[in-house]
Amino acid sequence: MKLQELDDNLQAVKDKVISVEKTTDKRIYLTCESENALGICNFLYKDLGCRFVIATGIDSDNYFEILYHFAYDELGCVITVKSLIRDKDNPAVDSLANLLPAASWIEREVHDELGIEFKGHPDMRRLILADDWPDGVYPLRKERKK
Amino acid sequence: MKKKICKPVLAVGPFHPLQEEMEFFQLTVDGEIVTDIDVRISYNHRGMEGIAETLQFDQVPYLVSRICGICSASHPLAYVQAVEELSGMTAKVPERALYVRTIINEFERIHSHLLWFGLAGHFIGYDTVFMWAWKYREPVLDLLEMITGNRNNYGNVRVGGCREDIPDEIKPKILQELDKLEKKTEMLTKAVLDDPVLHVRLKGVGILKKEDAISYAVTGPTARGSGIGIDVRRDDPYAAYSMVDWKMIVQDEGDVFAKAVVRLLEVLEAVKIIRQAVKKLPAGPIATEVKEIPAGEGCGRAEAPRGETFHYVRSDGGNRPVRHKMRAPSFVNVPSFKASCIGQSIADVTITLAAVDPCYSCTERIAVVDGQKKIVHDYETLLRLSREKTTRLRKEMGADQMKLEDE
Repeated sequence: MKLQELDDNLQAVKDKVISVEKTTDKRIYLTCESENALGICNFLYKDLGCRFVIATGIDSDNYFEILYHFAYDELGCVITVKSLIRDKDNPAVDSLANLLPAASWIEREVHDELGIEFKGHPDMRRLILADDWPDGVYPLRKERKK
Repeated sequence: MKKKICKPVLAVGPFHPLQEEMEFFQLTVDGEIVTDIDVRISYNHRGMEGIAETLQFDQVPYLVSRICGICSASHPLAYVQAVEELSGMTAKVPERALYVRTIINEFERIHSHLLWFGLAGHFIGYDTVFMWAWKYREPVLDLLEMITGNRNNYGNVRVGGCREDIPDEIKPKILQELDKLEKKTEMLTKAVLDDPVLHVRLKGVGILKKEDAISYAVTGPTARGSGIGIDVRRDDPYAAYSMVDWKMIVQDEGDVFAKAVVRLLEVLEAVKIIRQAVKKLPAGPIATEVKEIPAGEGCGRAEAPRGETFHYVRSDGGNRPVRHKMRAPSFVNVPSFKASCIGQSIADVTITLAAVDPCYSCTERIAVVDGQKKIVHDYETLLRLSREKTTRLRKEMGADQMKLEDE
């Protein structure tokens, strides 16, 4: 597949994304609302055959972001799905772990760091925080960092 | 009230004093056969993603090189590439720096693979392999020390280039050591491929099927041993990998033997890459001046010995990253034990867990615990079981001890 074909294929999810940004030839960022993220990731993994790399959780000022990084190895591209969670008080998003076992650990990690709920996750135990870490305190949230 | 049925659990971990990671595997066993596995990590969580946000861009490489003593070249390289990408200066890095980065990263691959090979030999009762592989690894660390000043934690990359150059005087020394190393590795590879006991002991053990490898998204030799041809060095070339000639090693079988073959042949490929890079090393500066890091985001990837290392960096235009995500290859390789260990016998678990090369931290305190939490097997017993299986196979086959020739 050529880069142009990849762009054409990504048109299939264009009604689900807010914007498509290319920072270089090999880095594509798809921004979407959190309810559409699962559908886009499903398309990338099942239809395009992308490999899940990792997810990054970020506490931005007005929303939480979860960045799902996928690799399209044939072209050496990284396709990042930026999912915006606007409800900062009760952040929740559909879990990818049932679709992709590889996402299970990182969703547990993001849950530990930012307190984002992953709906439908099969095994939401703590991954990185110690057992005696207090409930409801999330180390990568902005208010904690200050 | 229904009585809860306690299944025997084999506890592997959580601390290994020889290596720097802690992992805890709980294997549910039925007799000698593993029926389920649960992995617990983060006994040594150091909060590096949080610390990175408190450091300036030029300080972060020294932090991330300490994520792992063995992969201490690939983590900073992935970070530096992410920052270079977000500031649009990927093309401005001097060519000499790209070659120096390649040489150091390939030396890292050689020493890591030899270290793994030695440990794998130890666990199945080939202690000569253990001694010799580690002996051949020593000169590689010495060369790294000559170039960067350190045997590990090189701290040699920085945004825009490299910190230390490779002086022309040591080029002959590097080439000379590579020739020696190539001979030794060829001898080790031949010894493994020709040894009938190893074929029986390792083939068909700990198979990670291709479809499981895809759903667990494994990388590096773990993926390439299961027939998935991915390698960041080829797919998304960085440093000088597109300017040298090398080939990617892929084996289809997915068992421990396949992973061992992939690693051994990769050592030979790494020797080829370094040799070309040293000969082609262009003249010129090794770093370019960096003034400000603009706002933006970037992804950096590097093929560490264990697989793809991925760093995501976001900047708001200040002097520190606002978010820095780091992902080491073991983070995706370790969960694949769920697919490769189930159905294995306890004697094969030590080597199956080692086959992924998860910074082999887990087995020093290994114990079989029954429902009443009584320890039945300890680490020594399991190591003994693994090694006895090799001895038994060797006797059954009437095979000789592996022959290794050294001057």
